[in-house]
Amino acid sequence: MTTAAALTAELETVLAEATTRLAAADDLATVAAIDSEFLGKKSTVSAAKQQLGALDADQRKAAGQAINAIREALTGQVEAARIRVADQARAEQVAAERLDLTERLSSIRRGSLHLNTQARDRLEDVFVGMGFTIAEGPEVETAWYNFEALNIPEWHPARGSFDTIFVNLGEPEEVMLRSHTSPVQIRTMEVQEPPIYIVAPGRTFRTDTADATHLPAFNQIEGLVVDRGITLGDLAGTMQEFVHAFFGREVKTRLRPSYFPFTEPSAEFDISRPDGSWLELGGCGMVHPNVLRNCGIDPEIWQGFAFGFGIDRLAVMRYELDDIRELVNNDVRFLHQF
Amino acid sequence: MKVTLSWLREFAPDIAGDPDELGEILSSLGLAVEGVEIIGELVDGVVLARVLDLRAHPDADKIQLVDVDPGDGNPLQVCCGAFNMSVGDLIPFATVGTVMPNGMEIAQREMRGQLSNGMCCSAAEIGFGSDADGILILNDRVVDGATLGMPLAEALGLEADVLWDLEVNANRPDALSVAGVARDLAAALGVKFSYPDYPIVHSDEPVAGLLDVTIEDPELCGRFVATVLRNITVGTSPEWMQRRLTQLGMRPINSIVDISNYVMLELGQPNHTFDLDTLVDGKLVVRRAQAGETIETLDGAVRHLEPSDGVIADGNGVLVSLAGVMGGAHTEISASTRNVLLEMAWWDPPSISRTVKRLNLPSEASTRFRRGADWGDNISRAMRRFIQLATEAGAVAVDGVVDVAGQTPAREPVPVRVAKVNGLLGTTLTAEAMVALLEPIGFTCAGSGEVIEVTVPTWRWDTETETDIAEEVGRMFGYENIPPTVPKGPAAGGLSAYQQDRRLVRDVLVGLGCDETLPMPFLAPGDLSRAALPEDGVTLTNPLHAEESVLRTSLLPGQLKAIAYNQSHRSDPVRFFEIDHVFLPAAEGQVLPDEREYLAVALAGEEAPAAVAILDVLDRALALPNLQLTPADLPGLHPTRSAEVVIAGRTRGQVGEVDPGVLAAYGVQGRVAWLQLDLGEVLNGPHGTRRYTPVSKFPSSDVDLAFVLADGVQAAQVEASIRKAGGSLLAGLELFDIYRGEGLETGERSLTYHLRFQAADRTLTDAEVAELRQACIQQVANKTGATLRS
Repeated sequence: MTTAAALTAELETVLAEATTRLAAADDLATVAAIDSEFLGKKSTVSAAKQQLGALDADQRKAAGQAINAIREALTGQVEAARIRVADQARAEQVAAERLDLTERLSSIRRGSLHLNTQARDRLEDVFVGMGFTIAEGPEVETAWYNFEALNIPEWHPARGSFDTIFVNLGEPEEVMLRSHTSPVQIRTMEVQEPPIYIVAPGRTFRTDTADATHLPAFNQIEGLVVDRGITLGDLAGTMQEFVHAFFGREVKTRLRPSYFPFTEPSAEFDISRPDGSWLELGGCGMVHPNVLRNCGIDPEIWQGFAFGFGIDRLAVMRYELDDIRELVNNDVRFLHQF
Repeated sequence: MKVTLSWLREFAPDIAGDPDELGEILSSLGLAVEGVEIIGELVDGVVLARVLDLRAHPDADKIQLVDVDPGDGNPLQVCCGAFNMSVGDLIPFATVGTVMPNGMEIAQREMRGQLSNGMCCSAAEIGFGSDADGILILNDRVVDGATLGMPLAEALGLEADVLWDLEVNANRPDALSVAGVARDLAAALGVKFSYPDYPIVHSDEPVAGLLDVTIEDPELCGRFVATVLRNITVGTSPEWMQRRLTQLGMRPINSIVDISNYVMLELGQPNHTFDLDTLVDGKLVVRRAQAGETIETLDGAVRHLEPSDGVIADGNGVLVSLAGVMGGAHTEISASTRNVLLEMAWWDPPSISRTVKRLNLPSEASTRFRRGADWGDNISRAMRRFIQLATEAGAVAVDGVVDVAGQTPAREPVPVRVAKVNGLLGTTLTAEAMVALLEPIGFTCAGSGEVIEVTVPTWRWDTETETDIAEEVGRMFGYENIPPTVPKGPAAGGLSAYQQDRRLVRDVLVGLGCDETLPMPFLAPGDLSRAALPEDGVTLTNPLHAEESVLRTSLLPGQLKAIAYNQSHRSDPVRFFEIDHVFLPAAEGQVLPDEREYLAVALAGEEAPAAVAILDVLDRALALPNLQLTPADLPGLHPTRSAEVVIAGRTRGQVGEVDPGVLAAYGVQGRVAWLQLDLGEVLNGPHGTRRYTPVSKFPSSDVDLAFVLADGVQAAQVEASIRKAGGSLLAGLELFDIYRGEGLETGERSLTYHLRFQAADRTLTDAEVAELRQACIQQVANKTGATLRS
């Protein structure tokens, strides 16, 4: 007849054996096997539970408690062993997998946007924020768009100052590489009713021999506003807002009287340098009534202003480039810097 | 235009102030100061000295020894190469340590064994004129009280002066004169401006009978004024005149030429002198040239004229001047000239402009005529000034001038609406305030209230309209005084869809490790044919260099040049992209070339699949509809490794590799994977449409299929067949192995695909999957002849 004491003694022996074998286990499979052997359906603990019914009632309770205690102890030991073995395995794995992350055989490199594009994007973003849209146009233009519609007739001395590169199409001097982005103004006004708020960035051309400060092909951005009641004061304010957004609020602007055939009044706009001197940034003015008329816009109803300046120069200024030709050399040692 | 303060003050004596502040005012008037210089101080260290003795150098013929007294009682020996001094002469002497204007520092030197302790100076050496011949002798020139050793400027009584170099815009012909600048500056400062009197003396000989001037083309010549100066001796002009001319950037030539230039600079009126004795009967005819006429101009060149050119002919019909542009050679003033015909005229600016441009003959005079000289009182004033200066130099003027009128611009009063001017400027000026701004610069105003009648002065040819006058109001009011405002503006700004997508393309390519390059759009002749492309690029009429004389029709040559450049600098490999314009031949009936925006990707050292991979990423980014690659033999590209890019059934570009022969022609090492798209067509075409499909909640089944197919069959065909057979149940298709070699015939390869099947509404049964698998195999076999690899 099995007694509670005998049962308990047997279970103690089992526990001792399990404890010994768990301590020796060094992988998860062994722990799982021990778990199954000592706590599974065919284990001594399970068998002992089956035998409870054969015990006297007074023995049964003590025996039940003993079985539960042993079972809990076993479960705890298995879990602890499992954690120990897993920790050990992880420790061995990570010890074996050491990498020096500064060993870079090859790396994924981000490409770069050209400095002109970066400058152009920044300018576009500032003007978009001020309510402008972006207009574009062809680089090869007719004399009408490049000159005549802009109030620069064939005999005008200003034509000479553009140092135009002509193209062998049409009549002599009829087709040319645009010498400014202003033709985009005309193309826009021809198809769009005012109000018009555009900026037109793009490449322009002059017969300038390439040197450290000149390129025959360079980039400008031009702005055009045509609306009711637009004033020279609006031009001054718009330039000021732009300069604050693009260069910083500490930079001051000023307009100086100047002359362009397509604006009247005309002005140069300067920005202040940290030393207090002024830097000429570009030209601007109120759109000449003849230019509006050439595009079928009544200057008695609509008024507007236009402005323009170089983009390449901004890139040159920002990074203090000592040779503007770097912008067209496409040397990766240069491109990768930005 | 250069001006000096002292000269400006001859018209407005009250102009005064700090040179920098005056410069700011000039700039704010639209006369931008490009340079400012304090002059008249001469060179520090150059002092008045006396020649004490002149001795021959014992060992040299070309230099002599001079003992000078520089004022401190210690005579110094100097070696000097000039021999025009006499004992007792006062001379400019540069002491040891003086830095000359040319940068040379005077040091004690030994010349052939003799010490030289300084330098005796010529006028040119100290910037006191152009005379470099001999030492400047100052005996009669020093002021009372000058002492030896005194700084030279002080000894000569020179006052420091300010020289401004002003940028004068094309609409300001008046400001191409000292007087014109003075008028503006005086108005801005609120001080008086007036012309000096130019009193003249003349003989009793009347001009009538001496000259016979006819204007046959009144549109060409608005006014022609002439007179005669006798007893001319062509010599050197006075030192003060030479100095002013030199200061303003003109080289003194002789007494007559110098007066001519002086009057032009001072009053803005160009003028011309003829040797009267070379003119037949003093007769001049102003007309247009006849076709085929020629004239030998002052510079000795024979000019072939056209009927648009203005000319002056003599009594025999021989041309004596290219009107307003350049005089004729045979009537030019010479050393033997005794009688001069002096002419001042007003020429039609467009006419002069055309001739100057066609003959490429710019000059100080024609620049003024092109911008519009003054046809009013200024011509008579300039005549008096010339006569005055010439008679001071010994000439004798005859009595009176011939003044023939042609057609000058009308100067009707312009009604100027006060509200319109304020509306243009953003100001709130009253009529009275506007008048107060306009009158000091010579605009005559009448009326008040809402409209002012403004008469524009004759020295402002370019100024005609209400807007022109508004500009003058703004200029004199000061742009800096106009309150900055911002337009109320439109609803919203933004990038167009095209512009946004273009930025997306750029960002994708940058993320793929490509650098954006922007070569100039010019090619050299032959660049296109070297790239196996048609040599049909539009050519430039006046290129700077032959290497930049063709506009590109493809981005390929520029990219290959960029790659070759970088390889030559050992920067390899490179991944480049470019988005820019190409210029295809003009379409029928169009004058402009067919200009398009292309995208190019060039991957040096990589093979065609790398370019296709980039295209696939762009496809994903832009959601291009039905992207297909059609194998093609394309100019410049590798014939067996290239394809046309077809989007929604339309060819939009090319992808593959560059032809090895083209690479060799451009000196590019290794392969170049290539992609070029007509980005304009792609982005303006349909794309970017994405539709939501719910993600299936049911398990998927995977099937791997390896097909053996001939090299001529495209993988795309296999994939299309699988997609067709799989239909909506095909959730994924991926090529994961390409095999050629053992076990396969030559000309065959095996493609292994990973297929995933999944239904949106149920778990597919094994039987369904097996059926789908078989359908795919069958479809591929039917369409491509490919068999399942055993």
